[in-house]
Amino acid sequence: MLRFLISRLLTFIPTFIGVCIISFAFIRVLPGDPIVVMAGERGLSDERYQEMVEQFGFDRPLIVQFWDFFTGVLQGDLGTSFVTKRPVFDEFFALFPATLELSFCAIVIAIVLGLPAGVIAAVNRGKFFDRALMSSALVGYSMPIFWWALLLIIIFSGNLGWTPVSGRIDLLYFFPPVTGFMLIDSLLSGQDGAFTSAVRHLILPSIVLATIPLAVIARQTRSAMLEVLGEDYIRTARSKGLAPPRVNGLHALRNAMIPVITVIGLSVGMLLAGAILTETIFSWPGIGKWMVDSIYRRDYPVVQGGLLMVALMVMVVNLIVDLTYGLINPKIRKR
Amino acid sequence: MSLLTIKNLSVDFDTAGGMFRAVDGVDINVDQGDILAIVGESGSGKSVSMLAMMGLLPWTATITADEMSFDGIDLRDLGPMARRKVIGRDMSMIFQEPMSSLNPCFTVGFQIKESLKIHLDLDRAERKKRAIELMELVGIPDPERRLKAFPHQLSGGMSQRVMIAMALACKPRLLIADEPTTALDVTIQAQILDLLADLQKETGMALILITHDMGVVAETAQRVQVQYAGQKVEEQEVRGLFSDPHHPYTAALLAALPERATERHLPTIPGVVPGQYDRPQGCLFSPRCKFADDKCRKTPPPVQPPDLGLARCHYPITRQEDVA
Ligand SMILES: Nc1ncnc2c1ncn2[C@@H]1O[C@H](COP(=O)(O)OP(=O)(O)O)[C@@H](O)[C@H]1O
Ligand code: SF4
Ligand SMILES: [Mg+2]
Repeated sequence: MLRFLISRLLTFIPTFIGVCIISFAFIRVLPGDPIVVMAGERGLSDERYQEMVEQFGFDRPLIVQFWDFFTGVLQGDLGTSFVTKRPVFDEFFALFPATLELSFCAIVIAIVLGLPAGVIAAVNRGKFFDRALMSSALVGYSMPIFWWALLLIIIFSGNLGWTPVSGRIDLLYFFPPVTGFMLIDSLLSGQDGAFTSAVRHLILPSIVLATIPLAVIARQTRSAMLEVLGEDYIRTARSKGLAPPRVNGLHALRNAMIPVITVIGLSVGMLLAGAILTETIFSWPGIGKWMVDSIYRRDYPVVQGGLLMVALMVMVVNLIVDLTYGLINPKIRKR
Repeated sequence: MSLLTIKNLSVDFDTAGGMFRAVDGVDINVDQGDILAIVGESGSGKSVSMLAMMGLLPWTATITADEMSFDGIDLRDLGPMARRKVIGRDMSMIFQEPMSSLNPCFTVGFQIKESLKIHLDLDRAERKKRAIELMELVGIPDPERRLKAFPHQLSGGMSQRVMIAMALACKPRLLIADEPTTALDVTIQAQILDLLADLQKETGMALILITHDMGVVAETAQRVQVQYAGQKVEEQEVRGLFSDPHHPYTAALLAALPERATERHLPTIPGVVPGQYDRPQGCLFSPRCKFADDKCRKTPPPVQPPDLGLARCHYPITRQEDVA
């Protein structure tokens, strides 16, 4: 296990360097000059422009700029935002809990609904539930997020008035962030109704963000289950006189979990990507919205630093997923 | 009263190419303490007939029988709940591929104790004790440590021993062993067969031993029934069957035994068991039978009387004829 961990950590290094390069390059290949954008409609005199180019170091060769960025990253310094003049690192961690809270709720919804749905569909292969579920999964998977979010807002916020349209909590409530997670902070604040308000704000964005991972997990669970249900050990389990819930939910699902865990890991990457859109639609103050705004502002340090942090998160999740395989199926640990 | 009585069992599969009769009018009779061998080449419907009894066939299978009773219970219209109380407890089964028949995600101990947990009223400590006893019974060394082993850490022979321990957990009255040694090395095969024979003697349970190897039959069983293309073609005591086979298929199987080979090469039966699309019209064995004539090819043969081994043949062999 330890050797496995070390070898995995070693493969981390080249991936990490690659991710740094891509994060650095991404914003620079987009057209648009950050200085011009910052100046806005008033424009700039040529002298002032030249001054700023030197101030931001854009006159130096790209490779030197990259080296600065890279050595900074190694020392835990992602630079300072052009716009707010605050360290990117601090901004990231101020906003990240909001994204994490949203993504966590979304993945929980996707797993809690997707796993059983996939199992039931596989067990009832070809019957009504299976067909209905797989068609909905296909719709969920291919539905444009933006359109889906608006539809839900119109129905549940507009027509029914059940949920708020944007933000993390009603403006009535105010308390200093302790953990950064609104669900926890609202409970800690002890204010009446704060927690309910936080939950109500979370519902729609979580559902929207969960939709694609839910569809993916349900489909993967179903296909992995179908494969496992044909295995000899399932026949053995049934020959022991075990009831179907135990055969399907324990003997089969445990084996089917390997590919499912893989897509759950991949979903986390998709979630962070999906969060960008969802946060924008629901004005959710997380890193998604922060990064979209920074792209419009051509705020190079924020975009490259934010991308790098997100990529790191995805890499860590994938590492955890790899380690989980061995826990689920001991045969894999041996390899 | 016999322990297991099956009369005229047929199993039809609903396949993409239409209905396929995998088991065709088979009778099986097993008394308490019997060892019955069912022999036949691959595809003869041996496994399917046993799975039909256990209720383990997929929904595409239609099972019909004039009688199918085990220990006084009518298996034909037994609900799923009631059947789960019987299988794994009074009637249990082990399979051809021991390595893939154990669940890779759970320890050996978990899988043995699971049977005890759902069928018997034992507490944790008693289950553990019984699991260790069972592992000793099937000859697994160092059982306490092996309880924590995962299936991939076991050899094929050890896996089959674990399967046997699992099957014996609730002291079944009937054990069905479906080609238990086919996937194992030759030396291990003999050990597992000896183990099964010993356990049968010790516990007095009935044993149905399915095999395609006549050699296995000679060593283990008391009575044999030969199955071909879903039909029972002959049934005799082992001794009689070996000295005086009545059906040409039985004779051909015996001629293919290594110790009976007269030439340098082992005689094999040319051709294969007919499947869904090449079922002959008359006798199912006629395309491969060296005695076949026009009558054989047109009319299905009758079942001969018991002194001719219930042979399903127009021209059963009697001792005078040269069968080699
Ligand atoms: N689930 C199934 N669907 C369709 N045909 C099947 C199924 N299971 C077995 N068969 C067919 O039934 C016949 C008998 O199979 P089987 O009982 O496994 O033979 P044996 O155990 O004697 O080798 C074979 O031709 C096989 O292809
Ligand atoms: S009926 Fe004819 S073809 Fe069939 S086994 Fe007997 S002799 Fe051979
Ligand atoms: Mg078989």
